[in-house]
Amino acid sequence: MEFKYEVEGGNFTKAGNAASAVKKVLKQLNVDPKVVKRVVVALYEGEVNVVAHAYKGQILVDIDPSRIVIRIEDQGPGIPDIDLAMQVGYSTASAMVREMGFGAGMGLPNMKRNADSLTISSKVGEGTTVELITNLTI
Amino acid sequence: MDKEQFYHALEVDKELCYGCTHCMTVCPTNAIRIHDGVASIRKNWCVDCGECMKACPVDAIYVEQDDFAKIFNYDMRVAILPSVFIGQFSKQIAESEIIDVLHELGFTHVIPAEAAVDVINHSMLEEFNGNREKPLISPFCPAIVRLIQVKFPGLVNNIIPIKPPIDTSAIYYRRRLIEEGADSAKLGIFYVTPCAAKIATVKNPVGEDTSYVDGVINMDFLYNKVYHILKTRDLIRTTEEDDNLYLSPKCLTWSLTEGEADHMKGRCLAIDEIHNVISFLEKVENDEIINVDFLELRACDQSCAGGVLLSENRFLTVERLKTRARRLEETGKKAPVIEDRYQAYIKKQLKVGKIEPRSMMVLDEDMGMALKKMQRVRRIMSFLPGIDCGACGAPNCESLAEDIVRKEAHLSNCVFLQRMMEKKRKISPERSIRIIEETWGKDRLNNDYNKKNPNNES
Repeated sequence: MEFKYEVEGGNFTKAGNAASAVKKVLKQLNVDPKVVKRVVVALYEGEVNVVAHAYKGQILVDIDPSRIVIRIEDQGPGIPDIDLAMQVGYSTASAMVREMGFGAGMGLPNMKRNADSLTISSKVGEGTTVELITNLTI
Repeated sequence: MDKEQFYHALEVDKELCYGCTHCMTVCPTNAIRIHDGVASIRKNWCVDCGECMKACPVDAIYVEQDDFAKIFNYDMRVAILPSVFIGQFSKQIAESEIIDVLHELGFTHVIPAEAAVDVINHSMLEEFNGNREKPLISPFCPAIVRLIQVKFPGLVNNIIPIKPPIDTSAIYYRRRLIEEGADSAKLGIFYVTPCAAKIATVKNPVGEDTSYVDGVINMDFLYNKVYHILKTRDLIRTTEEDDNLYLSPKCLTWSLTEGEADHMKGRCLAIDEIHNVISFLEKVENDEIINVDFLELRACDQSCAGGVLLSENRFLTVERLKTRARRLEETGKKAPVIEDRYQAYIKKQLKVGKIEPRSMMVLDEDMGMALKKMQRVRRIMSFLPGIDCGACGAPNCESLAEDIVRKEAHLSNCVFLQRMMEKKRKISPERSIRIIEETWGKDRLNNDYNKKNPNNES
């Protein structure tokens, strides 16, 4: 089953809406709470990344009984050096964003930790796509 | 998952209820449906928060209580009294005076529900220092514990697994009175409850097998009795110094908002009112809120001062209790401390069994089947008008769609789809009326039906 959520760049009040919606779906599907937590934490990080860095984006979710695939696509500045971005503590966030409690350089590493697989592709000046796959059965 | 029905305290009076939908729309767990013109509560979904009872315009939702005369089945009649009971009375009336009236009414002992709060606080702090996952969630409010079980199953392990104050007080005093020579068969302990949730937990404690009290008395009932006596008696006692301090300031305010949070360590937050709690827990679950150590969560606005069985205005109750607490602090007197051996005994009894999740959100135990059902729900949703009018007898379109998939309702229950079906001649107007009658009762549109009308203003 597929779900699609739009994400608005720069609007932190709405960051987390997609994560909450997906969480509700997973609970209704009787997914183990520990798995729900991992998926939702990874997705929330991804959602905040789009809000913080991109102009706009969308989240495509595909669920079958074995796994969930989350594709987060954004139109934004892109990531020049993905390996650097994956490092714990590395951040490009502005002072303003850091003041709001974001930009600690934990986003991508945290997503990787909470997903079974994470793939990033990015084009500078165009945007970034992150794909997360997590098994739903333990 | 446990499929057994859970005891719950809220009941609908089918004579009084006229199916106005007020309760259905406020229920935070979508547990209410209208059928045959009256509300019905799904027992396993209900967390006993009492929002429906607060919203009901005709007092059709009630909580069962024990007959007051039942206390006289016992020689020793103990009332466990929450501090908010005292808080409903004017500051000019001394605690001892209120307690005297309770003795007059027949109780041989009046003990505070918050008596063992220091011991509870100590155990909570021990859990805090342990390696339990943060934020710790207070087990104080039974409606919140149940809410987490049915709606936030992933957070059950964050609840501190210890007993709430009322159970603890009951256990402590039962032990103490028996040690002091009471005959256990002749000892009756009665809990004066400020809300529905506490009744449910007293009758069916989460994670426990047995109850600690012999009966429950609703606080509004007892308030009326006490207030009547205070109001009509000739002898007016002035506020003299109480020789025996009833409760410490901390115990007096424990059940108010911030009552626990003020005495915990780390970063503590206090949140009251069940819808506020739900939106906060959503964020906690997403890890949107981090580095919080302790959450005090209460189902009622202003915590227990806003309990559905309280008579006085909740803001006044809070102010009065805080004033009493401040006055006590100024006297510098100390409340009686529980003897060490009892403290040790209480501590041993405090632990509760495992608090199990019992999610009411799952569409099917089997994930493949649940996915199919969800697909059907989404398809049905695309036909429904999405205005959540409640005219189908379910609180919103999504609930109706889920009910249809659970085979508990039909598409034709939606009044908008009905019109479409009539237009396309799929159902007859007579059939359409019958469907509405099934939900809303037979004589709903008669002018003398039991609803607000010129002859019935109540």
